[in-house]
Amino acid sequence: MSARATVDDLQAGTNASGSVTGLGHLARAGEIDVSHGPILYLEAVTVMFDGFKALDDLTLSIDEGELRCVIGPNGAGKTTMMDVVTGKTRPTRGKVFLGQTMDLSKMDEPSIARAGIGRKFQKPTVFSQHPVWENLELAMNTRKDWWASLRARFDRQAQRQVEEVLCMLRLESEAYRLAGDLSHGQKQRLEIGMLLMQQPRLLLLDEPVAGMTDHETMELAGLLARLKGSCSIVVVEHDMDFVAALAGETGRVTVMAEGRVLAEGTLASVRADEAVIESYLGR
Amino acid sequence: MAYRQVLDEAAPQWQKDRRERGAQAGTLPAGSDGPARFELALPERPALLGRRAWIALAVLVAAVGVGVPLCALVLPAGHPLHLSAYGMTLVGKLMCYAIAALALDLVWGYCGILSLGHGLFFALGGYAMGMYLMRSIGRDGHYQSDLPDFMVFLDWKELPWFWHGTEHFAYALLLVILVPAAVAWVFGFFAFRSRVKGVYLSIITQAMTFAAMLLFFRNETGFGGNNGFTDFKRILGFGITQPETRTVLFLTTFAALVLSFLAARAVVTSKLGRVATGIRDAESRLMFLGYSPLGYKLFIWTLSAVLCGIAGALYVPQVGIINPSEMSPVNSIEMAIWVAVGGRGTLFGPIVGAFAVNGAKSVFTTHFAEYWLFFLGAIFVLVPLFLPRGIVGLLRRGRAGDAA
Repeated sequence: MSARATVDDLQAGTNASGSVTGLGHLARAGEIDVSHGPILYLEAVTVMFDGFKALDDLTLSIDEGELRCVIGPNGAGKTTMMDVVTGKTRPTRGKVFLGQTMDLSKMDEPSIARAGIGRKFQKPTVFSQHPVWENLELAMNTRKDWWASLRARFDRQAQRQVEEVLCMLRLESEAYRLAGDLSHGQKQRLEIGMLLMQQPRLLLLDEPVAGMTDHETMELAGLLARLKGSCSIVVVEHDMDFVAALAGETGRVTVMAEGRVLAEGTLASVRADEAVIESYLGR
Repeated sequence: MAYRQVLDEAAPQWQKDRRERGAQAGTLPAGSDGPARFELALPERPALLGRRAWIALAVLVAAVGVGVPLCALVLPAGHPLHLSAYGMTLVGKLMCYAIAALALDLVWGYCGILSLGHGLFFALGGYAMGMYLMRSIGRDGHYQSDLPDFMVFLDWKELPWFWHGTEHFAYALLLVILVPAAVAWVFGFFAFRSRVKGVYLSIITQAMTFAAMLLFFRNETGFGGNNGFTDFKRILGFGITQPETRTVLFLTTFAALVLSFLAARAVVTSKLGRVATGIRDAESRLMFLGYSPLGYKLFIWTLSAVLCGIAGALYVPQVGIINPSEMSPVNSIEMAIWVAVGGRGTLFGPIVGAFAVNGAKSVFTTHFAEYWLFFLGAIFVLVPLFLPRGIVGLLRRGRAGDAA
């Protein structure tokens, strides 16, 4: 049990109700402390699978409000990195922190999600036997324990939230259809919508445009542009044009290879990097 | 491709569109970001049953409540509509099976946990009730002792500690609920916390009921060994074979079935029910949304065990015997067949399935007993092939076909 402590447990103690910490600022239970800039901080993270190093001394930090693109060849450890952040895989060594105070390597998946990290899978994962509106209702940012769910009412305010997201996704006409009957692109959008309902502080997107048509990609790009600014986003992507569009002139791009950060900087600078050209982009 | 351009244009286009559509619908002025145009208009909680279903249920309750006492007690034995003791016991037994099937469907059909050990919870409820029935035999047993006959036979001088208090009916009822609940909770806590799933969990549940059966077979365990409990004389002071007592037991079982159905309905129509089906379909998605499946699984699992225990407690006084063979793996597997035949993931299905399979079993075992197992085997093979959604699924498809 001790390894699976909740957010509240970790935050309880001296600063449980908002006392001043030694760092001279306020820390509240369950709140992400981004006073030093980074919302996500990985330090020297190593993940070993039967002797194979999926992540090798990876150090990465994402600033509050940033949109970061992570690129790299297959097997570079991009998805493993997301697994480590979301609690699916435990790091063999190293530290993973959300803000200044939350040690993600000591939390399980649900508590990490409740702490404010949303994750989109490579393959769209929705509740196929639930109507679209129920998918969004389930994702809503409320209490998630069984007792609260047993007594939960889908009140007007909650319905309003679902309606707004449905409009944003342009899925109004599909509201009562089973999510399993939607097209691939509609499922992708629904999953993004579920993340919106979750109101995350940090959003991890694993190859969001994989298998999408140009039209669907366009719609997704629109949605992401809408999200930018409201939360920090990490996008793992293969499609260089899409990365170029998301990162723009100034956005930071991280190139990963063999479980390590190969280069970091603007897209133009990493494109010019010798090591990157050698291992990934090719000449 | 110039995605950058797309990115710049997509969001404004989206907003423009929405504003235009809003203006057309007349709900918000053009150029402002007003409230959403689309409305869900769903009830805060879905109705427990539709209007017609409530009426049908009320008619059924009235028919059984008046009809059964009339047919069993008022009409003379020679009357064609007379309900014999055999008939009443048979239907009463089927209703107990239906409650158990409903309970199993809650965990299997709605939460994706296939238990092949629900026979244990059924038997535990039955044993708890059986203890009370054994104590209420009093000195009317074979050995005319205060102790149950099997204890005298084993030359025990006093009641084991866990038999204390079982002479009180209320305490026995408490045990009927608490013992299956406690066993299920402890088993479930360790199994679900370790994230045991799918076929592995099914095997462990099977092992659980098998181990319990071996334990109850032992005389030293204090539950009558392989003979179990039988020769009950009375319940709450009334003769257990009296037609009046049988009628009351029948009606109690019917009430328990209706209430279990409504309780299950309340659970599956709540948000908890929707989360449970989410666990069944995409557990990891649910975890990454912040739900911890442990509490949900434990709640449904324990509730299911309690319902099963109640079914067992109602079964024992009507059938007149409880022994460890109720915990045999085959019994638990048969329960899964009832649910599969009726249609899992519906609440009506398991009830239909329990009646259909056991009805067929009664017919077969009285008329051509040697073919029953062949028939059961045929069901095992044919239902998944031709009726993947069970009898209820077939009925629904038929109705949908009519409408089209």
